[in-house]
Amino acid sequence: MPTVAPYDIEGHVVTTAFIGDTPYFATASGEIHKLGTAPKVVKAHEGLLTCVLDPSDKSLVTGGEDGRVLRISSEGDITKLANVPRKWISVVAPGPQGAVAYAVGRSSYVRLADGTVKEFAEARTVEGLAFAPKGLRIAAARYNGVSLHWAGMAAEPWDLEWKGAHTAVTFSPDGRFLVTAMQENALHGWKLEGAKGPSEARNMRMSGYPAKVKSMSWSPKGKWLASSGAPAAIVWPFSAKDGPMGKAPLELGTRADILVTSVSFHGTDEILAIGFIDGMILAVRIADGKEALIRRPGKGAITSMAWSGNGRLLAFASEAGDCGVVDIAG
Amino acid sequence: MSEAQTAKPIPVTVLTGYLGAGKTTLLNRILTENHGKKYAVIVNEFGEIGIDNDLIVESDEEIYEMNNGCICCTVRGDLIRVVEGLMRRPGRFDGIIVETTGLADPVPVAQTFFMDDDVRAKSQLDAVVALVDAKHLPLRLKDSREAEDQIAFADVVVINKIDLVTKEEADRIEEIVRAINPGARVYRAERSGVPLDKVLDQGAFDLERALENDPHFLDHDHPDHVCGPDCDHHHHDHDHDHDHHHHDHGHDHHHGHASAIHDVTVRSVSLRGGEMNPDKFFPWIQNVTQTQGPNILRLKGIIAFKGDEERYVVQGVHMIIEGDHQRAWKAGEKRESRLVFIGRELDPAKLEEAFKACEANA
Repeated sequence: MPTVAPYDIEGHVVTTAFIGDTPYFATASGEIHKLGTAPKVVKAHEGLLTCVLDPSDKSLVTGGEDGRVLRISSEGDITKLANVPRKWISVVAPGPQGAVAYAVGRSSYVRLADGTVKEFAEARTVEGLAFAPKGLRIAAARYNGVSLHWAGMAAEPWDLEWKGAHTAVTFSPDGRFLVTAMQENALHGWKLEGAKGPSEARNMRMSGYPAKVKSMSWSPKGKWLASSGAPAAIVWPFSAKDGPMGKAPLELGTRADILVTSVSFHGTDEILAIGFIDGMILAVRIADGKEALIRRPGKGAITSMAWSGNGRLLAFASEAGDCGVVDIAG
Repeated sequence: MSEAQTAKPIPVTVLTGYLGAGKTTLLNRILTENHGKKYAVIVNEFGEIGIDNDLIVESDEEIYEMNNGCICCTVRGDLIRVVEGLMRRPGRFDGIIVETTGLADPVPVAQTFFMDDDVRAKSQLDAVVALVDAKHLPLRLKDSREAEDQIAFADVVVINKIDLVTKEEADRIEEIVRAINPGARVYRAERSGVPLDKVLDQGAFDLERALENDPHFLDHDHPDHVCGPDCDHHHHDHDHDHDHHHHDHGHDHHHGHASAIHDVTVRSVSLRGGEMNPDKFFPWIQNVTQTQGPNILRLKGIIAFKGDEERYVVQGVHMIIEGDHQRAWKAGEKRESRLVFIGRELDPAKLEEAFKACEANA
C-alpha cells in the first residue's frame, strides 16, 4: 500500500490542489494551508465557499462568505479580484489569460486580467460556472438550463434549455460536450460539436444516481467523465461521436452502500482516484479495472482530491479535516 | 458513519408573515436577547435588521420544481446552497432561522428540509412560525391567498400588534386564525413580544415531539389546550365567544366543516377512529396524499395499530408523508387513532368513511 502522509486540519476542508508538486488545502473557515518545503498558512476569507486551481497552474481562485473573490499565489500572496459586500460568493471559475468568472445571485461576471469586468444577467440564480477550453466563452448553470456567453466579443448568448435545476457545469477538455450536474440526482449533457445554435445542441441524459452528483472529473484526453453520487464511481464514455448516448457507464470501485463523494482523474494516465463518504480512497485503472487501496477509511467524507504535476502524489481533503498526501510510487 | 454525519441535526425555524407583521422586530429580539444561544439567519434582504452579524446571510429566493413526478414538490434552491455552506462550520450557531418574504409560500421552504438529502442529513425543520398583524389581517385575507396559507401552514401563530386593536377585534382575529388552523399554538403580542421559548425549539416536525405540543392532540385538561371552532371536544366549556352562527358546538362526530368566516378557504378535517389495520391504513394514506396532495397543506396524526404496543405518528406536507413509532402506549391511555388534515377542497365525509374503513374491526 502506498505511503500516506497525514495532514490534520481543524474543521471542514473544501478543496485540495497542487501548484506544481506543492499541495494546498483550503478550509471552510477561510485558511489556505501550503505544504511542501516552505509550509505556511494564510487567512484568505472570513468563511471560504469555493476554491479552484487556475488553468495556468500557478494560482488558486477562491470565493467566500465575505463577498470577496481572491487570487492566491503559490507563495500565498493574496490579490483581491472582487468584493461584493454581504453576498456569498460560492461559484468561481478561473479562465484563460488571467480571466476569472464569478457569480452573484442572478448575474455572472467575467473579470479580465486588466481589471475590466463584464456582467451577464441570467433569469435565475447562477449555480455553476465554467470556461470553455478555447476562447473566452463561459457557461453558467442555472434553473432550467445553461447559458453560454462570449466574454471577449459582442455575440448573442446561447440558452441551452433543460427543465430542472442545474447545479454545476463542465466542458469536456476538447470542448465537444457540455455536462451539468442536476438537483435530481442526474447529469445532463449537450453535444456542442457541429451545433450552429443552441437548438442544434443534442441533449444527453445520464441518470440513475442514488444521490446528487457533487464531483466530476474528465480523463486526460476527455475520453471519460467520472462522477460521484453512487456507491461506485460512475464513468461515462465520451470518445464516440455522440458521447455516452446509448452506452452504459463503467462502475468502478463498487462498495456496498458506501457513497462515492469525490473523483479525480490522474493528469496523464487513465487512472481514477475515488474518494468515499467514509474517507476511504481507491485508485482504479480504466484499462483493466484493477483497484488499489490508497487510504483506509478516516473520520469524514472525502471532499476533494488532486494529483501533483509529476503525477506521483495524490492529495486528499476531508469533511472532518483529516487530510493527507499519498505517494503512489510508495 | 463518521461523527460529522451522526451529529445532532441543527434545528431550523421558518418565520413567515406579511410585510409589516413584525418579523424584523422578532428577528432582532432573537439576535440580541440574552438567551445563551446563537442563530444563523437567512433573509431575503438585510432591510432593517440593524445588527452587524456575520451569521446573517442574504439569499435570493429561488423556487425549484422537482422533476420527480410530484406536482407540488417545490424546494428553495438557494436554501440548499446556504444551509450546506453554513453546515460546514456547524460550531458557530445553535440553530438556523429562515425569514421569508411577505408574499412567500412557506411550503417550498419546508419541503426543502424533507426533499434534499444533504439538507435533511444535517438540519431538521423545527417549526413554522407565522406573524399576523392584528389590525390588517382581515384585509390581507381578502386580497391574498398567501396570508391564509401562511397561517394554515404554521405550527405557531403570533397575533402581533394587539395594542392597535380592541379586545373584541383581537378575539375576532384569534377566532379567524383558529378557524384556518385549529392545530396551531396561538399567542398574542405587542411589538413581537412573544416569549422566545414559544417560538424557538418547538420540535413541531420531530416525530418524537410533533404532536405533544399540538393543541389538537393535547388532552383537554392540558393547560395549553384551547378549543378552536373545529374542536372535537365533547365538553363545551369554552371561555371565549363565537359570534358566527353556523357553527354547531353540539356536534359529537368528528367531521371538519367549512369555515363560516368569510374569506377563509382553508379548512381542517379531524378524524377519530379505533385501532387500525396497517395493511389498509398505509395504502390509503399513500393514496390520499398522492391524489389530494396539492390540496393538503399539513397533516398530522397519531395512529393506534392493532396488536402494536407503540403509538405511530404521521405527518405530511402536500405529497410528502413520513411516519414512525413514537413511544409505547401508556397504561390506561385510550388506544385510538386521530388524524387531522388542513387544506382546501377536502371532503370530510369521504375522508371519514375511508379512514373508518381502515379500522381493524371494519
